[in-house]
Amino acid sequence: MNESVHEKLKILSDAAKYDVSCASSGSSRGNTSKGIGNSLGCGICHSFTEDGRCVSLFKILMTNNCIYDCAYCINRRTNDRQRATFTAQEIVDLTIGFYRRNYIEGLFLSSGVIKSADYTMERMVLVAKKLRNEENFNGYIHLKAIPGASSELIQEAGIWADRLSVNMEIPTEPNLKKLAPEKNYPDIITPMGQIRDSILVAKEERKKYRKAPRFAPAGQSTQLIVGATPETDRQIILLSSGLYKKQNLKRVYFSGYLPVNSYDERLPAINRPPLVRENRLYQSDWLMRFYHFKAEEILSEDQPFLDLDVDPKLGFALRNMHLFPVDINRADYEMILRVPGVGVQSAQKIILARKHRRLNSLHLKKLGIVMKRAKYFITCNELPAHKADWEPQRLKHKLLCEMNSKYKKSLDTQLKLFADFKPVLPTLH
Amino acid sequence: MKIYTYDSTFEGFLTCVFDCYSRKDFPVDICSRYGEQRYLFVESIDIATNPQKAERVWKGIQKHLSGKNKQLLFYAYLSEELGIEMKIYRFLRRMFSGHLNLETDYGDPDVLHLTQASQKVKKEAMRMMQFVRFQRTKDRMYFCGIEPKYDVIPLIINHYQKRFTDQRWLIYDLRRNYGILYGNDKVEEVVLTKKQFNAYNGQVKEELLHEGEDFYQKLWRSYFKHITIEERKNLKLQRQHMPRRFWRYLPEKQEAN
Repeated sequence: MNESVHEKLKILSDAAKYDVSCASSGSSRGNTSKGIGNSLGCGICHSFTEDGRCVSLFKILMTNNCIYDCAYCINRRTNDRQRATFTAQEIVDLTIGFYRRNYIEGLFLSSGVIKSADYTMERMVLVAKKLRNEENFNGYIHLKAIPGASSELIQEAGIWADRLSVNMEIPTEPNLKKLAPEKNYPDIITPMGQIRDSILVAKEERKKYRKAPRFAPAGQSTQLIVGATPETDRQIILLSSGLYKKQNLKRVYFSGYLPVNSYDERLPAINRPPLVRENRLYQSDWLMRFYHFKAEEILSEDQPFLDLDVDPKLGFALRNMHLFPVDINRADYEMILRVPGVGVQSAQKIILARKHRRLNSLHLKKLGIVMKRAKYFITCNELPAHKADWEPQRLKHKLLCEMNSKYKKSLDTQLKLFADFKPVLPTLH
Repeated sequence: MKIYTYDSTFEGFLTCVFDCYSRKDFPVDICSRYGEQRYLFVESIDIATNPQKAERVWKGIQKHLSGKNKQLLFYAYLSEELGIEMKIYRFLRRMFSGHLNLETDYGDPDVLHLTQASQKVKKEAMRMMQFVRFQRTKDRMYFCGIEPKYDVIPLIINHYQKRFTDQRWLIYDLRRNYGILYGNDKVEEVVLTKKQFNAYNGQVKEELLHEGEDFYQKLWRSYFKHITIEERKNLKLQRQHMPRRFWRYLPEKQEAN
């Protein structure tokens, strides 16, 4: 460990920051006798950076050298940047050193592609193997599968890692061809399918033999860049829903496009990353994963984009006023989940609590339900029905006026006449 | 009008509950004997802690509560809120009188309050899993001094014991002045008499640190700095997840020296 490692760490963590995935959940790996570490099903975030994202895993690139020239990537070979490469042992030492001090939950290793996909993947697998075998490390390992790597290497990666991911980055094939001409779609889809099958096989095996080896027990994930290409929100949501269903993915991450290569004319010119849009996409993702929504319900065919003003759940409720009001004391769990202002935990609490007594609005408020929004969509013991009088448009406007959204400022499109007004004379007191 | 006082341990409190039943007595309050006096003109009865009685009450509680709520009352008790004893006591009376699944009756203010108090304690315990940072010392000990809001150090023993089996470690509660020490496969409670660390931020004295420690902290600081995306800066979100009161224990939030 010396100063050169410090320099490399600076370069390679800086290059790794655009990968949004950082979850350490979904795997519970016990500690072997006298080994180091374990992983918890719930995952633990150890720190939070100034952009508010969590630091759970030691997220690092093995190298930022790359043979590819993808338009959206900061590490493309035509960019004039400082380049560095870690040796396997350096990454192992850093991971163990940080882990022992309880800085991290494990390692998230990604890499630029050097020489060939196989050459890179082999080195990455070596790091995971060293950690598991030489250091007896049982913490979380997330490996990026390099598109185009051979199936044997991916198979081995799955043995050592808790989670594998293949990044799609660009949601549709023609746009991928445009921005990353050297990559192709089958290279991404094939390993994804292989990982899915191996996970299923390993799960079956473990049912028969308790000691059968695991394969990526925390499943696989992927990442989509939002806003670099003209795909609609509907396309993105349908794609991610398909990935959850057909490829059995655990997570699809969205990354709001940051103009890292603003000189490239194939990319849109924007000043700020589309943070609101990214947030709305995540909300839709949550609706699909935890709120029993179907992708088609979130956005209909005639409506390609999510409403940036209101969250998708409220949007759904406003479009489907005929489903409401919901009787809190009678309705089933699925319907209660659809009420704006009610979360998964409150819905579960409602279901349990109403077995003991009839709930009224005061109870609901104490349970943590956002009555400001929910009151238009529910009836309970004594609450007057707010809904009949409201037209969706007017209700939306009213809710927006009352809202204290963190995005309100950026949404406020009204022109300000006096925004830059400075009085000529000092104000009198 | 009667109040019961006890030695402010959970066992002592359970003994009080036992005595309420055995004396067929209903105190208006149960409070610590060390706390400030809040009542005039009441008969105060001091209850001596009795482990056997406490054990019997605890077993009774375990019989009535469902799987994941078995620790509910203990966690709620740890929140150290004023008047939490009476809430637990009222809860127990209803539970022992045969009310089934009482812990899910969130419409009841006592039940809801106990649930929320235990949530708070659990969250603090989680934060102790997140924000503990070990410093390696010369005698190969991994030390962390920290100050949780509630007395949650006992709740995290299991987690750290499973995780770090091949290193000696010590997590010390700076305010409550005790810690847990792991070595040779077992965990012990310890009280340090000679403190070789800063009682404000848990920093171990410079000369006692392992020579590599400083470098690892430096590496971690620069990693933390470089993993941030400047264009997405959101300090409010950062504070929401990582409250300011923990910053003084975190190497990544210290200025480089």
